[in-house]
Amino acid sequence: MDATSHAFPANARAGLADPTLQRALGLARTGFPARRQQAIERLPEFEELREEGRAIKDHTLAHLDFYLELYERNVIASGGQVHWARNAAEAREAVLGICRAVGARIVTKGKSMVAEEIALNDHLEANGITPVETDLGEYIIQLRHEPPSHIIAPAIHLMKEQVADAFRAAHTELDPGRPLDDPRALCDEARTILRPHFLAADVGITGANFLIAETGSSIIVTNEGNGDLTQTLPRVHIVVTSLEKIVPTLEDAATLLRLLARSATGQEFSSYTTVSTGPRRPGDLDGPEQYHVVLLDNGRTDLLGGEFQDMLRCLRCAACLNHCPVYAAVGGHAYGWVYPGPMGAVLTPALVGLHEAGHLPNASTFCGRCESVCPVKIPLPRMMRHWRAREFAQALSPPTYRWGLRLWAMLATRPALYHAFAEIAGRALGWAGRGRGRFRFLPFAAGWTQVRDLPAPEGRSFHSLWAERQRSGGKR
Amino acid sequence: MAEPPRVALLVTCLVDLFRPSVGFAAVALLEEAGCIVEAPRAQTCCGQPAYNSGDRADAKAIARQVIAAFAGYDYVVVPSGSCAGMVRVHYPELFADEEPAELARAEALAARTHELVSFLVDVRGMTEVAARWDRSATYHDACSGLRELGVKAQPRLLLASVAGLSLTELPGAELCCGFGGTFCVKYPEISDKMVGDKAVDIAATGAATVLAGDLGCLLNIAGKLSRLGIRVEARHVAEVLAGMTDTPAIGVPAA
Repeated sequence: MDATSHAFPANARAGLADPTLQRALGLARTGFPARRQQAIERLPEFEELREEGRAIKDHTLAHLDFYLELYERNVIASGGQVHWARNAAEAREAVLGICRAVGARIVTKGKSMVAEEIALNDHLEANGITPVETDLGEYIIQLRHEPPSHIIAPAIHLMKEQVADAFRAAHTELDPGRPLDDPRALCDEARTILRPHFLAADVGITGANFLIAETGSSIIVTNEGNGDLTQTLPRVHIVVTSLEKIVPTLEDAATLLRLLARSATGQEFSSYTTVSTGPRRPGDLDGPEQYHVVLLDNGRTDLLGGEFQDMLRCLRCAACLNHCPVYAAVGGHAYGWVYPGPMGAVLTPALVGLHEAGHLPNASTFCGRCESVCPVKIPLPRMMRHWRAREFAQALSPPTYRWGLRLWAMLATRPALYHAFAEIAGRALGWAGRGRGRFRFLPFAAGWTQVRDLPAPEGRSFHSLWAERQRSGGKR
Repeated sequence: MAEPPRVALLVTCLVDLFRPSVGFAAVALLEEAGCIVEAPRAQTCCGQPAYNSGDRADAKAIARQVIAAFAGYDYVVVPSGSCAGMVRVHYPELFADEEPAELARAEALAARTHELVSFLVDVRGMTEVAARWDRSATYHDACSGLRELGVKAQPRLLLASVAGLSLTELPGAELCCGFGGTFCVKYPEISDKMVGDKAVDIAATGAATVLAGDLGCLLNIAGKLSRLGIRVEARHVAEVLAGMTDTPAIGVPAA
C-alpha cells in the first residue's frame, strides 16, 4: 500500500476529531492492558520468559543465514518450496506465479501483515484473481476498502454499527430487514458468507507467526479457526511471511508462544495454534497438494548488525500498540502505513524510508511503556531516538527547529551567559504573569499555549537566589 | 556517625527558571537527610532536549559540561526523574562510542546520580518527614522516574508520613501526561488529548492537589487544569515533603 506517513500530523488531527474512532479506541485502551496484566500475574516466571524470548531471537538473528538455509532444506525435504523475495514486487510476483500455475480464480486469506506490506490483494485483483479475507477483522476492512489500523485487531477502529452497515452494503443477497445489532449476529453472518469461499478457493494464503528451522514448519495462531480452513481446504497453501520469523526449534517456538498470546490479548494461548509442515503426505486425511513459502526480506537484512537489529526480534504481538498513549489518542491509520504504534514508528522508516516516515519516531513522549511491556524487550524508545539522530544528521528536521535547538545549546554551554539569561527571562515572565500566575497566550510558545496555559515563573532564578543565600551565609 | 556526604544539586533548567522553590525544597530535604548540599554554578541543563531531538553533538557538549561540573561530589541529586534518568541511563549510552576514559567518567557520574525522593529513601534510609499539610492530594507517576529509575513506592512512603495529608491513588497514574519535552509543542493536539485525559482523571479523584516529581509534567498538567477551569492545584512532591507549601501553587499568582 502507498504510505501516507508524511501526513502524520494531519492524519492524527483527523483521528482526534473522529468521535466514532475515539469511542472505539476508548474501549480498546483499557481492555487489552488489563487482560495482559491479569495473564502475566498468573505466570510468575513471565519476566524470565521475556529474557529467554529475547535470547532465542538474538541467537537466531546472529546466525540468520544458517537457520534460513536449514529451514529451506527442511521445507524442501517435506515436499514444499521456498520462494525468496528481496522486495515487495518479487513477493507479489511469486504469489501470482503460483496462483496462475494452478489456474486459481478465488484465493482465501488468513490475516497476514506481510501480505498488507506487499499490497497483495490489489495485485491479485488487478490480475483477475479474487482474494477473500477470512479473518473477521480483515474481512470487514476489505469490504470497507481500507487498511488495517492494528496488527492483531485490524478493525479495532470500528464500532459494531459500522460493521453492520458494511455487511448490509456488501451482502445484498440477504434480507435487508435482518437484525444485525449484536456481535453474535455479525459473526454468524460472516461465517455464512465465508463458508462457501473456503470450499471454492483454489489457493489459501496465510502468514506465519513462526518458521521452524529444524522441521521446515510454519506456525500460525488464530482465534477464529479461519487460518486452518484457509490452509487445509484448497489445493495449494502459500505462506507469505518475512525472514525474521525464523526460530531454530519447535521448543523455541513453544517458549515464544507462551509470551505471544499473553502479551497480545491476555490469553494464555490463542484458540488455535497450527503447525504446517509441507503438503499432504500419503495417508493424511487433509491438507494441500502444494505447499509454498514466500519469504520476504524487503529491507530487513539491512538492519542486521546495525542499531536497529533488535527490531527484528519483534513477535508482532501488538502489546506496544495497546499500551501506547499516542496510538490510543490517534488510532492506527494516522501512522499511514501497515505497522502503527511504537513498533511501526521504528520499523516503518526502515521499510519505506525516513523521508516518508520521519514523523513517526518523533511522535513519542518516550514514556517507555512500550519497552516495558515488550515480550522480547525491544528498546523501542532508544531506536526511535536513533531515527531522530539520523534525521538530525541528514538535516531532515525543520530548519527553525534545528536552529532553535542550536541556539539553545550555545546558551546552555555558556553557564555565565545562561544564568544571566535565565534571571532576566524569569524576572520578565514572572513580572508579566504576576496578575494571573499564568499565560493564556505567548507568541514564542504558541504550540504550548494553543492547548494549555503556561504557568508563569516565580520570578527569580534558582541560581541567583542561591548565590544570594551563599553570600549572606545563611538560609533564604 | 560517618561524615555527612557532600551532595551536589542538579537543579534542572525548568526548576531554575520556573520554580526555584522546588530547588530550595530539595535542599531542605537533603539537609534533613544529613547531607551537605552545594549547587555548582557551572551547570545549566542536562542536555536532554538535544539528545532526544537527535542532536548528539550538542547533547555531548552539554553532558561534558555536566560531568565536569559535578565531579568530586559523593552524590548528585536531581529533583526530576527525567533529568536524573538522562544522567543515569543515557549519559553512558551517549558516550558509548567515545574513548574508554570519557565513557568511564560518564559511568562514574551516572552511578552517583539519583532522583531526589528515591535518594532520600533508598540511599539515605529516610522513612518519614517532619512536614504537616492538611490537604487531600493525588500523585502522578512521571514516566522517566517510574520506568527508567523505579520511582514508585518511595514518594508514597514519604507522603504517607506527612501529617494531615490524605493521598488518593490516581487511576491511570502511570499513563503519560503528554508532556514529552519538545513533543508537547511539536504535536500539540496529541499532547492535548493526553493531558486532557489526565486532567479529567485528576479531577475525578476529588483531591485538592496533584503532586508529581517532575516539573515538566507539572507545568503541563497545571496548565491544562487551569485552561479547563478545573480547580485542582499542582505542586512538586518535594515542596510538600519539605513542608514548604506557603508559596503559591504552580500557575497561581502570589496573593
